[in-house]
Amino acid sequence: MMLLVVMLTTFAIFFVIPKWAGTDPALLFVGKQADPAAIEGIREKLGLGDPVLLQFWHFVEGIFVGRDYSSGPDVIHCSAPCFGYSFRTEQAVWPQLTEAMPVTLSLAAGACLLWLIGGISAGVVSALRRGTIWDRAAMTVALAGVSLPIYFTGLLSLAVFSYQLDWVNVDYQPLTSDPGKWLESLVLPWVTLAFLYAAMYARLTRATMLEIMGEDYIRTARAKGLKERVVISRHAMRSTWTPILTLLGLDLGALLGGAVLTESTYNLPGLGRLAVNAINEKDLPVILGVTLIAAMFIVVANLLVDLLYAVIDPRVRLG
Amino acid sequence: MTDLNQPVATPGEGAPRAFLDVRDLRVHFPTDDGLVKSVDGLSFQLEKGKTLGIVGESGSGKSVTSLGILGLHTAGQYGRRKAQISGEIWLDGKELLSADPDEVRKLRGREMAMIFQDPLSALHPYYTIGKQIMEAYRVHHDVTKKVARTRAIELLDRVGVPQPDKRVDAYPHEFSGGMRQRAMIAMALVNNPELLIADEPTTALDVTVQAQILDLIRDLQKEFGSAVIIITHDLGVVAELADDLLVMYGGRCVERGPAEKVFYQPQHPYTWGLLGSMPRIDREQTERLIPVKGSPPSLINIPSGCAFNPRCPYADVPKGGVTRTERPELSLVGDRHYSACHMAQEERTRIWTEEIAPKL
Repeated sequence: MMLLVVMLTTFAIFFVIPKWAGTDPALLFVGKQADPAAIEGIREKLGLGDPVLLQFWHFVEGIFVGRDYSSGPDVIHCSAPCFGYSFRTEQAVWPQLTEAMPVTLSLAAGACLLWLIGGISAGVVSALRRGTIWDRAAMTVALAGVSLPIYFTGLLSLAVFSYQLDWVNVDYQPLTSDPGKWLESLVLPWVTLAFLYAAMYARLTRATMLEIMGEDYIRTARAKGLKERVVISRHAMRSTWTPILTLLGLDLGALLGGAVLTESTYNLPGLGRLAVNAINEKDLPVILGVTLIAAMFIVVANLLVDLLYAVIDPRVRLG
Repeated sequence: MTDLNQPVATPGEGAPRAFLDVRDLRVHFPTDDGLVKSVDGLSFQLEKGKTLGIVGESGSGKSVTSLGILGLHTAGQYGRRKAQISGEIWLDGKELLSADPDEVRKLRGREMAMIFQDPLSALHPYYTIGKQIMEAYRVHHDVTKKVARTRAIELLDRVGVPQPDKRVDAYPHEFSGGMRQRAMIAMALVNNPELLIADEPTTALDVTVQAQILDLIRDLQKEFGSAVIIITHDLGVVAELADDLLVMYGGRCVERGPAEKVFYQPQHPYTWGLLGSMPRIDREQTERLIPVKGSPPSLINIPSGCAFNPRCPYADVPKGGVTRTERPELSLVGDRHYSACHMAQEERTRIWTEEIAPKL
């Protein structure tokens, strides 16, 4: 349901609004110096003359059952899931998406793991040792992490570890072809991306933890005679997960739609870079495809978070 | 018997100690605004099988005292914000303040347990009642989960939770307020503690449930023979339950003694104020309740002299403004009955019998 709304909105933004603005998709397709006949042909072939709602219907139909593009006698069948063809390369959009997805997935999953471990442990330590040198150090690093943009930390890491020291080769290799190279190519992007997010998670964890350590049930746990280690790991951490999970759902969903800056900086052929290139080239079908996939990830990630809430918090469970 | 006969200022060395013997307890918290003297020189004794009621208004140091006995001011705390605690707390012959924190931790929950004020916030919202009781049991007993679970069900049954074998798997939010407090009591009793501290155990409950919970605590005390401290701002709560009463004001004890003495022959103007502000159904409702004027003193800047003097209607009765310059010490006013007031005892007795008692 939510996906459908997102789909409609996306479609409206990229198909209807350009029309109001006076941009003709057909013109975008053929290029600037095209003769009117060619433009007409394209318009007919892509169905751009149809009413907007019909166009949308064809678009949705393409995704679920496939669609035909016909211009007089020559018919091109595009099987489901069909996101149309790139205006620039005339390649089908779907294979481009499926090619880019694993890259973004690898990047997001690895970075996520790193930032969760780093961010949460830093947050817990600084909350439990509030006011000490450890707290100050962790929060200073976190502040740096939040403030430094990826194109700075990313380029710096490239300059030092790849060009100067020549420790890692950042040319992306798929996991399936060479796991070692895959790992090597992703280490820097992971660390760079995780640094940014870990900083946010450290601050969130610290704030949540400080609040929870003042809760009555923590005092109860201590009054039972539990070791402080158990009080923190079993009682305090359990409650800290809820806000972390909320943020994680949003972040991971957004990240899976393409880590634009990271992918551009490290030249990773993921969804983010695909989107940037498509936008630069006004390649509408690709933009549409990437946006829909990104939206889908956000919806799915949030759904997962909602389901996980029920696992963590018994009060959310339905009777 | 609770032994209050020893002189307060010089505790008898070598004398047999009471089961719980608190001497000159001071709990101070350093804050940005100054040192908060929440408890400032408190002494009392309590024997097994007896109940002590600690009464006072908010911020008089009642809860701080109880948390201090359990060692909860220092557990998990560190650095500059750490509470400063001095004095002596003897439990069953062991001094707790100078003991190894890990030793005190092992006593917590086993020898001394606490029932907290608001059971909804004092129970972990994400764990079942059963798990939380089992956890309390298994910290001190090396038993399987199954054994602990049986024990949890047994305790829930004992404190009057219906269908304990089913309710053991419920979460705190699925319990009513009274049932939650029963579960809290079950958790505190799971290790048969010899000292049970109930910190305003009925504040969050409605009146009928209050009575049930108080009955339960009394029955359980008879059954287990524990020493019980009941902390409350409600004199009605402790009137029937307590053997002894201790009235706190501004972090210090202003009056203590056998409950019936403190109740029927109170010797401190603050205790009069508390009695006057308490609704009672055994007296005629001729007058309105008489509140204690003013508000509790700042614990950073405790009034000089008698801490109660700015609010005391009789502050000018003793000659020479002594109430504003000199702090009154606890002195014996009757059988095991102590009061800290500058007024002469005859004067106090006269004011009580002629001015205060008839209005109650």
